[in-house]
Amino acid sequence: MIRTERLTKRYDTLTAVDGVGFEARPGEVLGFLGPNGAGKTTTMRMIAGFIAPSEGSASICGHDVERAPLAARAALGYLPEGAPSYGEMSVRGFLEFVASLRGLAGERRRERLGHVLERLALGPVAAQTIDTLSKGFRRRVGIAQAILHDPPVLILDEPTDGLDPNQKHEVRELIGEMAADKTIVVSTHILEEVDAVCTRAIIIANGRIVADDTPQGLAARSRYHNAVTLRLEHAAQFGAARAALEALPQVGSVEAAERELSVTAVPVTGARIFDAVNALAAREGYALKGIELESGRLDEVFRTITA
Amino acid sequence: MHHIATIMKRELAGYFATPVAYVFILIFLVLAAAFTFYLGGFYERGQADLAPFFTFHPWLYLFLIPAISMRLWAEERRSGTIELLLTQPVTLWQAVLGKFFAAWAFTAAALALTFPIWITVNYLGSPDNGVILAAYLGSLLMAGAFLAVGSCMSALTRNQVIAFILAAVVCFALLLAGFPLVLDAFRAWAPQALVDAVASLSFLTHFEAIARGVLDLRDLLYFGLTMAFFLIATAIVLDARKSE
Repeated sequence: MIRTERLTKRYDTLTAVDGVGFEARPGEVLGFLGPNGAGKTTTMRMIAGFIAPSEGSASICGHDVERAPLAARAALGYLPEGAPSYGEMSVRGFLEFVASLRGLAGERRRERLGHVLERLALGPVAAQTIDTLSKGFRRRVGIAQAILHDPPVLILDEPTDGLDPNQKHEVRELIGEMAADKTIVVSTHILEEVDAVCTRAIIIANGRIVADDTPQGLAARSRYHNAVTLRLEHAAQFGAARAALEALPQVGSVEAAERELSVTAVPVTGARIFDAVNALAAREGYALKGIELESGRLDEVFRTITA
Repeated sequence: MHHIATIMKRELAGYFATPVAYVFILIFLVLAAAFTFYLGGFYERGQADLAPFFTFHPWLYLFLIPAISMRLWAEERRSGTIELLLTQPVTLWQAVLGKFFAAWAFTAAALALTFPIWITVNYLGSPDNGVILAAYLGSLLMAGAFLAVGSCMSALTRNQVIAFILAAVVCFALLLAGFPLVLDAFRAWAPQALVDAVASLSFLTHFEAIARGVLDLRDLLYFGLTMAFFLIATAIVLDARKSE
């Protein structure tokens, strides 16, 4: 479990993080979102105990990161931004080094090393020098290092940056598997990731928390929440469909894309218009390629609240 | 202790991961020999001791030690591994000491490899091996003090070249403090106490005493305190600037 209270970091003239307070519990995958420079990395560094907060406090599993730094760090697995590792070492040598610092020994050490090498598909490159590896491998070495001691709390700063779509999928699955009994915080600026792995999302802008909700809850804030899109077969019906949708009650606005022959009806706030649109299409006999109900657009919400 | 040893082992292995360590040792040995035989007049003196060998160590260290120490923290900061290292369950102290001991052990190895000159002098005559042993100890202590300065300078920057230059400049100042050039300038006007104070800050004064075979507690203490001072400074600098 992670708990922060009024966490604040001030540099000379700049307040990078301003009174961030949240609590994350086991079973939660908390997505940390925000534009570049919003204070995500600074917040994570303070929780990891790398930089000291100017004000406020953070604790990991009840251990204050400033007053009991070693106990807090022992409970934490941390992937710093950019997944740094010692380039001149071999993958196995590096993980052995971390295992020693983590106090892993004997059978458990062998078992954990074997597990992370296998789980992150690092086996084939275990003897290779880290400098010679691709970006994707290096990122996975960083994740392997973070989960090596099976910590109850994980903080991963952009864990899928630089990975190809297959590797991203693998890492998301890994996060999902570990989520059952761990507290996980993942920072990202990839919005699809929030939908894919997070149970909760915090959006941070200019150092402050501006939203703290489930991904569904965030999407519901979008003006496209419950919007309905008709995809038409024939261009001949395009104009009529557009006009008919505009005339429907509770439709706030209509957006039409002539090239794709799609018409989107955006409801007034809180209204549900799917049944009405569906009935209209049947009554007017539109030839449809498809009809879609949107749950909302995260990128639009993100832009609205961080702009 | 366990963590210090782990960090030291990793650091030491890092030296030998590239040919740089071997090249360094080679340069050290070649220069030490050249100074001893050409500048020091090892044969011409006709004395069975290693004074010409040890006399040049401070000047040898002036450039070679910063080359070892420049990497210590500057590289960790440049590559970001400092964040990885200092978020492991280790204290800043363990990291500072682990890295320092690695650099010192490496220097000790280079110094130990000068043993052929000791064999040579024993073959040619019968030197006082107690004096030679004391001089080796003094040289090692002085190297440690140089390294502690270098560690602190390396913590100040992400750039190894800057770390090298800073370390060389500070070490040069600490050496010169005992040089007649500086002391005479003070002697002209300053009371003897101040002249002694400046001289006592010098690596040279303390090293020369040990190199003559006089193991005075004050000289040993001087090097010990210098190391402690600059290692504490390293920790303070790191704490303040590690995330920059």
